[in-house]
Amino acid sequence: MSPAMQIDDLSFGYPGQPGLFSHFNLEVGAGLRFGLFGPNGAGKTTLMNLMTGLLATDTGKIRLFGQEMQRHNRSVHSLFGFVPQELSFYQELSPVENLDFFGAWSGMAGPAIRRRTGELLDILGLADVRDKKVQHFSGGMKRRVNLAIGVIHRPPLLFLDEPTVGVDVQTRHAIIGYLRQLNEDGTTLIYTSHQLGEAEDLCDKVALIDQGRIVVHDDLGVLLSDHRQEGLEGLFLELTGKNYRNL
Amino acid sequence: MFKLRATILKDVRVLRRDKLGMIFMFVMPMLLVLIVTSMQSSTFELVSKNKVPLLICNKDTGAASRQFIRTIDTLGLFAVQEIPAGQGEAVIRDRLHNKEAMLAVLLPANFSAQVAARTKRLAGKALNSFGLGDSLNGDGGKTGAAGRDGGPAPGGDVPLTLFYHPVLQESFRRSAEGAIYSALQLVESKQLLKTLYFSINEKELPDTLENELLTNRTAISEVAVSRDGSRGAPNVTQHNVPAWTIFAMFFVVVSLGSGIVREKLNGSSIRLKTLPTNYFVAILSKQITYLGVTMLQALLIFAIGVWVFPVVGLPRLNLPGDWAGLVFVSLLCGCCAVSYAICVGIFAETEEQANGFGALSIVILAAIGGLMVPDFIMTGAFRTAMKFSPLHWCLDAYYGLFLEGGKLKDVWSNVLSLILIIAGLQGIALWGLRRKNLI
Repeated sequence: MSPAMQIDDLSFGYPGQPGLFSHFNLEVGAGLRFGLFGPNGAGKTTLMNLMTGLLATDTGKIRLFGQEMQRHNRSVHSLFGFVPQELSFYQELSPVENLDFFGAWSGMAGPAIRRRTGELLDILGLADVRDKKVQHFSGGMKRRVNLAIGVIHRPPLLFLDEPTVGVDVQTRHAIIGYLRQLNEDGTTLIYTSHQLGEAEDLCDKVALIDQGRIVVHDDLGVLLSDHRQEGLEGLFLELTGKNYRNL
Repeated sequence: MFKLRATILKDVRVLRRDKLGMIFMFVMPMLLVLIVTSMQSSTFELVSKNKVPLLICNKDTGAASRQFIRTIDTLGLFAVQEIPAGQGEAVIRDRLHNKEAMLAVLLPANFSAQVAARTKRLAGKALNSFGLGDSLNGDGGKTGAAGRDGGPAPGGDVPLTLFYHPVLQESFRRSAEGAIYSALQLVESKQLLKTLYFSINEKELPDTLENELLTNRTAISEVAVSRDGSRGAPNVTQHNVPAWTIFAMFFVVVSLGSGIVREKLNGSSIRLKTLPTNYFVAILSKQITYLGVTMLQALLIFAIGVWVFPVVGLPRLNLPGDWAGLVFVSLLCGCCAVSYAICVGIFAETEEQANGFGALSIVILAAIGGLMVPDFIMTGAFRTAMKFSPLHWCLDAYYGLFLEGGKLKDVWSNVLSLILIIAGLQGIALWGLRRKNLI
């Protein structure tokens, strides 16, 4: 079976920062809960943008379930969902109206959108505000809407960029719980966050990247044991140092 | 098709909740067309229907000055207010400064004498040239250079003085001056005719002949050149409604331009780019939605022109006979406005840029496009600049239908220009989308 995501010999740079990634390789197996971590400026968001097709590689290939990522290749874009760090929906619309629209753009038909919308709003505790404008919601409720839109079309692969930033403990608990449930149902998760405690709860495999290269990449348990660390935060500081990153 | 329908539905929902945008697109243009047309109608009526106050200070006691004042009065252009002869130039100046009137005429004490002397000289000259000898002057009409060309006699005073308030527009002052000259001419002609008649026939000119000679003017028939020959003279409504409809259509830039920027900034476009649908669908949906908005604007403003204007005392809007032409031209104007707004939205980096540049550029394009100032009074450079305003071509096409009573075939050159402008704007938008990696 093809890995859920595979990066082969990737090179990429920005005009002011050439060679951010050089001959970079990474593979994430299907069904994993994969965590991608690193200090500020390590290249996590750039890598996320490359994996979701928001940026084009200079050289090398990215494949999702064996299909090469290309900007306007509809079939490869149907294979994944994306929950960006920014609240990426229409605040003037209600959760139902947002899901109607993004469901259609995800390639779903009307009846399927309606069924899935009801299901998601129930699971994420938004059923009683289904027709209210999102702009009046709390931060945690908006995060749940952001997540619902990313998973409406039941993607086999889900990219999550800091999905719980700025939410309360209850919302974080609910979101992490739902992500576990999605994974149990077969969805591969590729996740980045600065909440290392949360990451320990969720991820079974992690990669630590810094300055565009992989520092370590293995099962979380194996890494902690090899480096004699009790938690991800200790491992993180050991491998990336304690200095400020002004990037 | 389902994706496009869902996107249009989303755009309509977002639009309905954009209260400020709705005010800019619907309420403001409707108020604007009502206010501007009312103001222009009032100004037009002030000039064309109301008489202009004119102060006259007559220091003369002769018949010519009284006749001159009567003639001025009968012109119908002025409401004459006489100032007592004892009050002079200082009072005229004071009353003009107080804006009791914009114009005043001072007739000097020797006005009648000067008119008599001038007509006598001219009559003598005329009789001399007829070979009848000059029974009026002993010098055979040779009264010096000024006398020969009909000008004032050497050392003579200027017959009358016209005072005007400096705020008075040059064109209006020239019109008033022309009317006063006509009155003066009439007084002099009457005097000249009487003198000549008396010199030849040695009896007074009969009143009937005098009237026939001096008041029996050739009539002027006024015709507004319309293509279908069925329209009366164009009025403020026919000018203003199409102009402000176009302005309203282009003002969608405030809502549409900033809407595109908002979508780019709030991260929606990031998610849209990761979904299996081309971003072009989003742009196409906005074009269709806002084209609908522009058609609704046109419908509402035309409805105001037809039904509301007569109620508030303004001339009713006469819609063109060619309905298909009107719909087609309106669609092209709407397409042009939407294409422009899309361009602004794609290239603007912030909502402030889209709103500021969008609104300001429309005001400038409207000004150079002839929406605010008629194109026929523009100078050469502005007449060239006008051709670069899409609003000019829209207005020209509408005027062809509304003012000239034309059909679609009569405005084909404007239609062609509009199609080219739309294609150009769409091309720029497409290039912008590619450059910004949106499609």
